[in-house]
Amino acid sequence: MSRTHRTRVIGSTALALSLLATGCGTSGPGGGDALQVWALEDAAVNEIVERGIEAHNASHDVPAELVTFVNDAYKQRLQVALGSPNAPDVFFNWGGGNLAQYTDQGQVLDLTPTLDDNPGFRDAFLPSVLDVAAIDGAYYGVPLLGVQPVVMYYNKPVLEAAGLQPPRTLDDLHEAIELLQSDGVTPIVLPGAQGWTQLMWFSYLVDRIGGPDVFQAVVDEEEDAWRHPAVLEALATCQDLVDRGAFGSNFTSIDYDNGSASALLATGESAMFLMGSWDIAQQMDNNPGFVENDELGFTSFPVVEGGAGDPDAIVGNPSNYFSVNSDSQHAEAATDFLVETMASEEYVDELIRAGQVPAVEGIEDQLQESDHAEFATFTHQLVSGAPTFTQSWDQALAPAAAEAMLTNLQLLFIGDITPEEFAEDMEQQR
Amino acid sequence: MRNSATERPGLLWVAPALLFFGLFGLAPVVIVGYLSLTSWSGIGSPEWVGLANWSALTNDGRVRGGLTITLTLTALCWATQTPLALAFGVWAAGPQRVRAVVSAVFFLPLLLSTAAIALVWKALLDPSFGIPSQVREWFELSHSNVLGDPTLALYAIVFILLWQFLPFHMLLYQAAARQIPRSLHEAAELDGASALQRFLRVTVPQLRHTIIASSVLMLVGSMTYFETVLLLTAGGPGNATRILPLHMYNQGFVAFEMGYASAIAVLLVVLGTGLSLAVVRATGYSRMTSQREGM
Repeated sequence: MSRTHRTRVIGSTALALSLLATGCGTSGPGGGDALQVWALEDAAVNEIVERGIEAHNASHDVPAELVTFVNDAYKQRLQVALGSPNAPDVFFNWGGGNLAQYTDQGQVLDLTPTLDDNPGFRDAFLPSVLDVAAIDGAYYGVPLLGVQPVVMYYNKPVLEAAGLQPPRTLDDLHEAIELLQSDGVTPIVLPGAQGWTQLMWFSYLVDRIGGPDVFQAVVDEEEDAWRHPAVLEALATCQDLVDRGAFGSNFTSIDYDNGSASALLATGESAMFLMGSWDIAQQMDNNPGFVENDELGFTSFPVVEGGAGDPDAIVGNPSNYFSVNSDSQHAEAATDFLVETMASEEYVDELIRAGQVPAVEGIEDQLQESDHAEFATFTHQLVSGAPTFTQSWDQALAPAAAEAMLTNLQLLFIGDITPEEFAEDMEQQR
Repeated sequence: MRNSATERPGLLWVAPALLFFGLFGLAPVVIVGYLSLTSWSGIGSPEWVGLANWSALTNDGRVRGGLTITLTLTALCWATQTPLALAFGVWAAGPQRVRAVVSAVFFLPLLLSTAAIALVWKALLDPSFGIPSQVREWFELSHSNVLGDPTLALYAIVFILLWQFLPFHMLLYQAAARQIPRSLHEAAELDGASALQRFLRVTVPQLRHTIIASSVLMLVGSMTYFETVLLLTAGGPGNATRILPLHMYNQGFVAFEMGYASAIAVLLVVLGTGLSLAVVRATGYSRMTSQREGM
């Protein structure tokens, strides 16, 4: 064996060994040298988090690193990764039942002591939003994004052409449905290929008819919670709206993710659209003219006459949260990162600039000066004036119950099952 | 004296294949069998629950519904793909001048990934901006809701799977048809057989084994079609296209009931194996008899 050959062998062995060593180093929850932060792919927000991470890395020994995933695959990836050596140190979640799934397995670090040590940080957040990450009295997450209530969007010119005001009550809505149909407009666009869009109608109606306790009973898995009269009435109202032609004839195959629902509102094919506040970003990106010409209107969900719910109550995603993996070897660095970044002036400023309404107190003035002041102020007022902020049921419930609920909602909207059958099936799932 | 050169290959020779099959074929089935007896969310450790998942399985209306839809889909796929693949494959084996060009165009879907195919078709079938909305205008139909209509959605899936898998089976038939000795056709021609008679009496019987092989691939394949349905309809509207593999996926990766999903997986393994064994037995394929005795 010639000398050069031998060096090459030794060299490649060393290379292989070092690869192996680094391979081991990066596995293990933060076993290596980086603090892994997992989040959903969202170009605007990722950039802001990335800048927060850069600021953090400049002054800390353990550098943080952002890893992003597309929405649909994320929960599965996280579920599989947690408890394995490839788990993240800090991970994005939806709070509520989604977070409880991980706390039940002891996978999440209790952040209560951290919050108690940093009262300024704790009190910066809107309490109703922070509370969604509280499970059995302990805090497991910190709000990461803006508040996302579900609001009623409408196409101003279309409503005007029909001589209508945005509906304040369910009766107004019924009248609008009739008038708009005679104008050849689909009254409401419903991307019913996805069950969670139907859930928005159902959960708002339950809240308007029966108040927030009905939802609480369902989340607490109380017996007969699904058979509550308010649940049955809300389901019947959904079917009644379908029968009145509120959603047109194509709703079962309209998809939200490909932007067609938002486009139908923007083009005036439909007059109204019940959707999360995130849809404003979709409209600004895909149908900028619609927003710039001030044709996009927004209002709160109609009131149901005689209902027990508060007209100001809202439904939606209070926020998304960052939680810390309890197995993380960098737990301290992770909590430091959250405390220093998530309520910092720069972070909040950038969120507002990106069109978000952060879940923090005292930002009215900044919102007024933002690019989309009207919508941002509307959202902030809606959230701070709301007596309750009901979390999306599919995030609040355990995954199995949520899956069954969304399927049953789809069946209910196409008239395959009755409200009673819906309730029976959900009671059996419990 | 034993000659080592003619000796049957020992166990050592099968070892690589056996190891591969054991690791990626048998081991997962065994693990899934074990998981079907547990309750597991994917994190933490599985908890032994005995036969609870299996008794739940027998009471689950969605499993029965899913089974019906899976079998319907399988039957429809087989009934549409086999005759067309046979016809096109035999045609493509012929000497026509345009054959190579047309075949090449026809094989294109084979190069695309399943996900891309499903997404493209989903966009094409969009009720507001796709083909159906145009067709609706031309024929003044009451709706343009293809993927949201319980019956049409299933037919749309059958059509897309046909479009996607036809080229592959066509390829099988083309290759097999070229293997048929010319002398058989010439003899039939001399006896005065028409083109149709030659196709039915010579080509089809000669393709018997290919028909069976292609059918087994189709039948077992249809038991596990999943991405196409997930991306096109996600089982909707309601449960109209919720095939069993999709129900398994939803139970495992949406509801995080890995134990229950494993029970469904075992059911699918049994069904798929049973189906292919039944086809092979019923058709006499397993006897491996020659089609060209005396030639």
